Amino acid sequence: MQLIFEKSRSGRLGFRLPESDVYVFESLPQKYCRKEEARLPEVSELDVVRHFSGLSRLNFSVDTNFYPLGSCTMKYNPKFMEKAASLEGFSLLHPLIPQLSGGGILAQGSLEVLYHMDKLLSEITGMAAFTMQPLAGAHGELTGVMLISAYHKANGSLKKHIIIPDSSHGTNPASAAIAGYDVIVIPTDKEGYLDVQAYKKALSKDTAAVMLTCPDTLGLFNPKIKEIADLAHSAGALMYYDGANLNAIMGKCRPGDIGFDVVHLNLHKTFGTPHGGGGPGAGPVGVSSKLVDFLPISRVMRRDDNTYFLDYQNKKTIGYVAPFYGNFLVILKAYAYILALGKEGLIEVSENAVLSANYCLSRLKDYFEVAFDKICMHECVLSASRQVKYGVHALDISKYLIDKGFHPPTIYFPLIIKEAMMIEPTETESKETLDKFIEVMIEAAKLSKKNPQALNLAPEIMPIKRLDETKAAREPDLRWKP
Amino acid sequence: MLVPDNLFFTKDHEWAKIEGDTATIGITDFAQGSLGNITFIDLPKIGQGLKQSGLCATVESVKAASDVYSPLSGEVVKVNEELADHPELVNKSPYESGWFAVIKINNLKEKDALMDAKKYKEYAENLSK
Repeated sequence: MQLIFEKSRSGRLGFRLPESDVYVFESLPQKYCRKEEARLPEVSELDVVRHFSGLSRLNFSVDTNFYPLGSCTMKYNPKFMEKAASLEGFSLLHPLIPQLSGGGILAQGSLEVLYHMDKLLSEITGMAAFTMQPLAGAHGELTGVMLISAYHKANGSLKKHIIIPDSSHGTNPASAAIAGYDVIVIPTDKEGYLDVQAYKKALSKDTAAVMLTCPDTLGLFNPKIKEIADLAHSAGALMYYDGANLNAIMGKCRPGDIGFDVVHLNLHKTFGTPHGGGGPGAGPVGVSSKLVDFLPISRVMRRDDNTYFLDYQNKKTIGYVAPFYGNFLVILKAYAYILALGKEGLIEVSENAVLSANYCLSRLKDYFEVAFDKICMHECVLSASRQVKYGVHALDISKYLIDKGFHPPTIYFPLIIKEAMMIEPTETESKETLDKFIEVMIEAAKLSKKNPQALNLAPEIMPIKRLDETKAAREPDLRWKP
Repeated sequence: MLVPDNLFFTKDHEWAKIEGDTATIGITDFAQGSLGNITFIDLPKIGQGLKQSGLCATVESVKAASDVYSPLSGEVVKVNEELADHPELVNKSPYESGWFAVIKINNLKEKDALMDAKKYKEYAENLSK
């Protein structure tokens, strides 16, 4: 496959500028001039179109293939959401308008979306209020931990650490550390849950918060979650809910009712907005009533006459965490998603997500080791450890799946499961698709005994065959060089 | 799985070779095997103080990034500069050319918290079952 730089031919052009009929400022000061040529590829318009059309056909996405990447909730992104986000009243509105004197009246629709979204997410999660500002899940996490820190400081108690289970998403300890806390890691017990004895030992007056995902990354709902939350509160710590796995529980239970004080949601997971090449995402953060005063400004509020305005009065606010109001059009898409599905629809989303995962688990558990053999939530964790004796690892099975038209599951995560393969089918896939995937997984299990090499060599029919991941990581070659 | 007799081990799979008041430290054969091909190692700095069981290095492999904890408290006197360009040495030779650092030991009594080769071998074999 040629890079666009390799298609370049000296002097070839994709455009022709008209002769300038205005005065040209000839002598740009030297300090503004680049020292070497830009070396952009010299290609025709048709070259560019063919190049990028070709690349787009190599793309692997939810729109083309089943994508059971565990913990990522790669559900189908309904197209009506794009339509909502492309309405000109929203997409052409300048973000400064509602901040100008008298401008609020020109942005009532958008403000109303933000206000209602706050109420809807609060209802779904049982929280008191949300900020829409954070631009991604991890950004939401950092915002959440900063809110926790602000709360403790306001109460005159400086805490030192945050408790996190060893099965957590890697962003949890990262967010805690960036916010200035030490991290205490709690092991997982034999049942697959947070080890409560170790947890009790770690919990102290220095604990700022306990960060949990529930269901956790093993796909299990912790039956002791309420006890864990109560223990944290009695020690003066707050409870943080990583909402990455919310797709399992909508309409069934609410983090706020369990006792969580801070929740971040990944709108690009649960609420069907695209995971677009690393962005834009949206990671709204919800809080319990005792943290509302610390939320970022501005907040959208409603007046008695039912008009909406931006409120900057939160005196204890942690300030802005992002420009303006977050990724507004992403929030709008998620808003459209929630309205379209309604309460009953969201409940069915979670029920079907859990059903799909359990279907995969029950059909595959005779062929692969299972991390914990019990009813799972929206994702299940298998292990390729039984295949290791034939020289086949989770990585080999993943590469084989690519050849068969399936995106691999998440592998080698959670870290505590050897040879982990974490499958999250989501609610949007049909039984036929799940069956095809399951059959290929079974085929891989059988092949690992009969012909392990077929797996070790996969993928065979992709544009690029097996990558040398070690060499790629040790000697990264990221840039075209002439 | 290689477990040399003359070393001491932690349950997190680090080893220490104690010679007088210094110790050479690194990660075990079991550790390098579970990590897979190692691609990057963030070593401690010379002069840095390490606490027993405190963070001393970070190892990245194609599978994951993992923290490495110091088997003993002490001050770093030497680090294995070779690992910057050749992290694969840890995979190839975890106990010899893949060493991480040499520390000046603060308190030799801490050795009591470590396992000898026989105990560690039993421990690691149990884990791989």
